[in-house]
Amino acid sequence: MRLPVYLDYHATAPVDPEVLQAMMPYFTEVFGNAASRNHEYGWTAEAAVERARQQVAKLIGATEKEIIFTSGATESNNLAIQGVAEMYKEKGNHIITSPIEHKAVLDTCHALEKKGFEITYLPVDHYGRVTAEVVRNAITPKTILVSVMAANNEIGTINPLREIGKVCKEKGVLFHTDAVQAIGKTPINVEEMGIDLLSMTAHKVYGPKGVAALYVRRKNPRVRLAAIVHGGGHERGMRSGTLNVPGIVGFGKAIEVAGRSMVEEGARIQMLRDLLWEKIQTELDEVYLNGHPTERLPGNLNVSFAYVEGESLMMGMKELAVSSGSACTSASLEPSYVLKNIGVGEDLAHTSIRFGLGRFTTQEEIEFAAKKVISTVKKLRDLSPLYEMAKEGIDLKSVNWTGH
Amino acid sequence: MAYNTKVIDHYENPRNVGSLDKNSKAVGTGLVGAPECGDVMKLQIEIDEKTRVITDAKFKTFGCGSAIASSSLATEWVKGKTIDQALAIKNTDIVNELSLPPIKIHCSVLAEDAIKAAIQDYVKKNPEKEKLS
Repeated sequence: MRLPVYLDYHATAPVDPEVLQAMMPYFTEVFGNAASRNHEYGWTAEAAVERARQQVAKLIGATEKEIIFTSGATESNNLAIQGVAEMYKEKGNHIITSPIEHKAVLDTCHALEKKGFEITYLPVDHYGRVTAEVVRNAITPKTILVSVMAANNEIGTINPLREIGKVCKEKGVLFHTDAVQAIGKTPINVEEMGIDLLSMTAHKVYGPKGVAALYVRRKNPRVRLAAIVHGGGHERGMRSGTLNVPGIVGFGKAIEVAGRSMVEEGARIQMLRDLLWEKIQTELDEVYLNGHPTERLPGNLNVSFAYVEGESLMMGMKELAVSSGSACTSASLEPSYVLKNIGVGEDLAHTSIRFGLGRFTTQEEIEFAAKKVISTVKKLRDLSPLYEMAKEGIDLKSVNWTGH
Repeated sequence: MAYNTKVIDHYENPRNVGSLDKNSKAVGTGLVGAPECGDVMKLQIEIDEKTRVITDAKFKTFGCGSAIASSSLATEWVKGKTIDQALAIKNTDIVNELSLPPIKIHCSVLAEDAIKAAIQDYVKKNPEKEKLS
């Protein structure tokens, strides 16, 4: 067992050996520029890119012409939102999103607000879900785009995309989803779900970093985008720049592997995730699950360990690579905005840990992780004045704290 | 973020963890911070009535590693000191001793506040002692 145990698959994943093998020839042997139309080197590179485009399209029920390759999901989200805003600004200036989107979506929306766009941040329920009903009520004649994530990166909650897509179709509004965490983990079909734009990235599905894609619908309706990167007119003019051929080949392969292993792998990972949660609940009192109990990514477990601060918890279990919603892990000193928006109190937000399980997580690792978490929480609760007070029956909410 | 070795040492082997009898007249209790802010320190001192020397100190802390280390260090430092000497401990002394980065300075401020709050509580319980100082 390699230490620290990697349980941060929402952040990134290692490249699958099968993916790496598929990429290798494209660094040295088949190095051509996919845009070189007059020789063999260019043709083979282009053929490899087109094969990857098909692989990516197939997983989400799209056609290959609807896939635009980019440098990362941040770029995909920027292109989708800024591209629609610029192209459809004559039609309206209203965009709808949720307050628990990834920063790549939120900050893009903030930037558009400064340019005169109006952004509605929909309320989410205490599981982090956006309902089709709140989307419907928020749409106005000025609305041009709804952007709601497929699955949340912190709490793993999966949104009812099909229902939201249906409302958007009815109202004639474009629907974008940031599906970075959901792709390859839960089935997504752009036709069945009425999705017009979809962001995804390779490195969360065991592909390389630095390559991603944006799905852009071509029929019913044909979505048009204003480019944000200008140049040689690659990717149907929506994203200029020489294509990252080895990366794209790896992305395609990674998506192909994800497509064929998703069901079996998801079941195995979920079994391990449930085992971890069960062990934690058996040994520790006052632990709270953040996010939806069933409508969540199989590899996600987000737990608040009351009375124990997240960063000190991570410090005590440095044999585990996890992530925390505590303020102390970020430069801002604000705890997780996702937890805050789903109604988790700041006191509990400071005590949260995100476990992300993935393809290479083993049962041995999960049993080790469970033991480590349990012993560290117990140790820190012995050190916690809050746990002591709670055990004495003091209502912590009634204490007059001297916050600073 | 990599931690300073002294912070790690205090985190892994915290000194003087525990509680003193908060109802005892000889004990002063300081409870500072707030759960919403991510750190709460409880620091208690026991004071010799005659010498005004702090004979024992205990702490419990909810907070990051630096907060735990700051309060652990504070208990070490106040033991054996008189009230006036303990009041002279500054948060910057803690920052220097533990090499805390700027983002963790509030932990040292909280530890200084905890010492002062514990002394204040003792003085409040023993109003006649205040006149002596």
